[in-house]
Amino acid sequence: MMSGKILYSYTGIFDTPDQIIHAAEKVVETGYTKYDVNTPYPLHRMDKAMKLKPSKLGYVALVFGLSGTLATLLTIWWMSAIDYPIVIGGKPLFSFPAYVPIIFEVTVLSAAIMTVVSMLFFFFKLPNNSHPLHGTEYMKKVSADKYGISIQADDPKFNEAVVKKFLESVHASEIIPIYWDEEEISHKNKILEPKFIIFLIVVAVITSGVTYFSFNKLMYMVPFDWMMNQPKLSAQQQSPIFADGFGMRQPVAGTISRGSMVYQFKGQPDLAGVKLVNPIPISKESLALGQVKFDIYCSPCHGYNADGVSRLRGQFPNPPSLHSDKVRNWSDGRIFAVVTEGQNTMPSYASQLSFDERWAVINYLRALQRALNAKESDVQ
Amino acid sequence: MSTVDYTQELSVIEGKPPLRELDDLISKPIDAKPTRKFFIALTISGSMLSLLVIGLGLTFYYGIGMWGNNIPVGWAFDITNFVFWVGIGHAGTLISAILFLLRQKWRTGIARFAEGMTIFAVMTAGLFPLIHVGRPWLAAYLFPYPNQHSIWVNFDSPLLWDVFAVSTYFIVSLIFWYVGLIPDFATLRERTNNKIKKITYSIFGLGWRFSNKHWQHYEMVYLILAGFATPLVLSVHTIVSFDFAVSIIPGWHATIFPPYFVAGAVFSGFAMVQNVLIIVRKIFNYEHIITLDTLEKMNKIMLLTGSMVGYAYAMEFFIAWYSGLPIERFTFINRAFGSYAWAYWVMISCNVISPQLFWSKKIRRTIPVMFVIAIFVNIGMWFERFVIIVSSLSRDFLPSSWHLFTPTYVDFMILIGSFGFFFTWLLLFTKALPVVSMAEVKATVTGSQPSHKDH
Repeated sequence: MMSGKILYSYTGIFDTPDQIIHAAEKVVETGYTKYDVNTPYPLHRMDKAMKLKPSKLGYVALVFGLSGTLATLLTIWWMSAIDYPIVIGGKPLFSFPAYVPIIFEVTVLSAAIMTVVSMLFFFFKLPNNSHPLHGTEYMKKVSADKYGISIQADDPKFNEAVVKKFLESVHASEIIPIYWDEEEISHKNKILEPKFIIFLIVVAVITSGVTYFSFNKLMYMVPFDWMMNQPKLSAQQQSPIFADGFGMRQPVAGTISRGSMVYQFKGQPDLAGVKLVNPIPISKESLALGQVKFDIYCSPCHGYNADGVSRLRGQFPNPPSLHSDKVRNWSDGRIFAVVTEGQNTMPSYASQLSFDERWAVINYLRALQRALNAKESDVQ
Repeated sequence: MSTVDYTQELSVIEGKPPLRELDDLISKPIDAKPTRKFFIALTISGSMLSLLVIGLGLTFYYGIGMWGNNIPVGWAFDITNFVFWVGIGHAGTLISAILFLLRQKWRTGIARFAEGMTIFAVMTAGLFPLIHVGRPWLAAYLFPYPNQHSIWVNFDSPLLWDVFAVSTYFIVSLIFWYVGLIPDFATLRERTNNKIKKITYSIFGLGWRFSNKHWQHYEMVYLILAGFATPLVLSVHTIVSFDFAVSIIPGWHATIFPPYFVAGAVFSGFAMVQNVLIIVRKIFNYEHIITLDTLEKMNKIMLLTGSMVGYAYAMEFFIAWYSGLPIERFTFINRAFGSYAWAYWVMISCNVISPQLFWSKKIRRTIPVMFVIAIFVNIGMWFERFVIIVSSLSRDFLPSSWHLFTPTYVDFMILIGSFGFFFTWLLLFTKALPVVSMAEVKATVTGSQPSHKDH
């Protein structure tokens, strides 16, 4: 050790635990406050000798543990009773007994993590590898089998000669002065050095590359295929199993779906006009349904008012107005036949409209016809 | 050692070795080049590990249909292995936390190693729920996180409790282990002359200075962590047992499960720790740190927990009869005499009969015999989980859905591979970190503490 350096502390090495306890007691007695005792393992009775106050870390554990308890309870309550309430097994939405295990686990977890974090980073101010005691003979010894006391130079009572004498008087087997490390005192952060910047860039590129690859490529490779690949047929796919090669199958011949009836007047619209009777009485509901269906299926050609003024006018043979005498005088059944089978360019709407919907559309159409050709009596 | 003077506190460490010699001995495996024996061991465990890798590859590529699982036996080797490995972990925490609170100083020689085993066992156990869900890369779905579907996990489900219990257990064990390792990292940092090692130890040692102002808080935190780990370890296997007990499957729906599972976990965990320690003390010449006295004490704990497990087996039968439920009675008769009777009797002979030999002091102190008994205990405890899971599931309420389980070669690859995974970590641990806590052992050597003359 060269002189001319800045003194950090004077240290004494001791060989037995009894000696170090005695020395620590004497240090306190003499009134030094900025000192430390370094031993390879915790010594019994050292707290008493150094007159240390009991550790407050127990309170840290208590506070963070209870915060964990409360936070978990509130989170689970909010998640399962407020934000997305689902009844599970007939239990109440907030079924406290079932939450006890998780609340307990999170309590332990938060208390354990926070106690250790506050001990290491706030109580001890670690990591600190640049402390002057590091890299000294003193540290080598007290980390293995010796016991040491270090009395700091910034102690108000510090006096080099006195401290040296004091350490001799308590039978230190070795007395070593510790100096600040020049390099560490004049240490500057090297954040802007090219080496460090290149390192940062490399880390950034690798991290983003790996992230991009795993989320956008890897997750779509076999076997990570999000169940896209399934041994089943989707609509419109071929199947070699059936003679016609279609994956989708027709219903069994003669199947009638629920709510529908067989149309008996195929190719005989006039007969339908005579035989078919509108089974749906005119009502608010039926007119509302008819309007919805009319606007969807009929209005593109016939117009919203059934007058043939529509957005498709001019692109096709112009669709006729439904206010003609012909249509007005048709029976409901005759119109039904046109809707069901189509007429000229008009296709069949049998697959889009159920029987009841067709009748509802006809009811609505009657209302439209009446609106444009009102009778005197309607005004009154 | 035949007569012990109980009026005096026994020394944990045999003899009175100089402290520096202890450091040398403990850090020798880290400093020295790996020996031939180490490489042979690593090759064996590595080959077993590769079985796991291949087995998992087959499972992920072709799907879980590669396993023997079926409906109704949806849980088979996977969950058996999970419960087995979590159980193995429990001995470590028991040694490091509960015995610490009970001031059992004999734990110091084995605590670090047992804690390491806890961590590796929980890691091994953690594999199984992940692969069991079939899409382990989506495991984050297990945690409540804000998502597009705006739905949350089911907090009423024991399976979710399990997620929290096992992950908490892993994290807290890791923290506990690391806190214990900090002073040892610092000691190693001061010992080494190798630059890379010095940097590594400095980073992990955080610049620990052995200050007594720190030791005081450190001991407090160690006590707090032990205080937390104790109920935690009991809760973990309790919650694992809830996976079964909360369901209504006959043979699972039993209130005795939590204590019965915890005792079983400690039982199998101690057997595994004892097995591994016997090998470690031989290879690294730690005979006077991991003493015969310590091993004997572990055998006593195995005798105790083994008897508790045996009591639980008997009590299950009694309750099945006493409940008067035909299906419960059938389940237990089926267990002992049905399709899986062989597994049941393997379990009974390994778990209930073999540890009873530890009543004899001679056997408790004969290393080869206790080694074999501990191996039997581990086999028996694996079969216990197998019997509980498979025999109950394969014969549930509806005879029309009964189905036997037959494992496939992939099941066996994963089972053997899980041992490879565990032992590979363990072997790397013995080379990378001090397997005995230097600071703790030094503190318990005779004469290392101030004498009581002043007080």
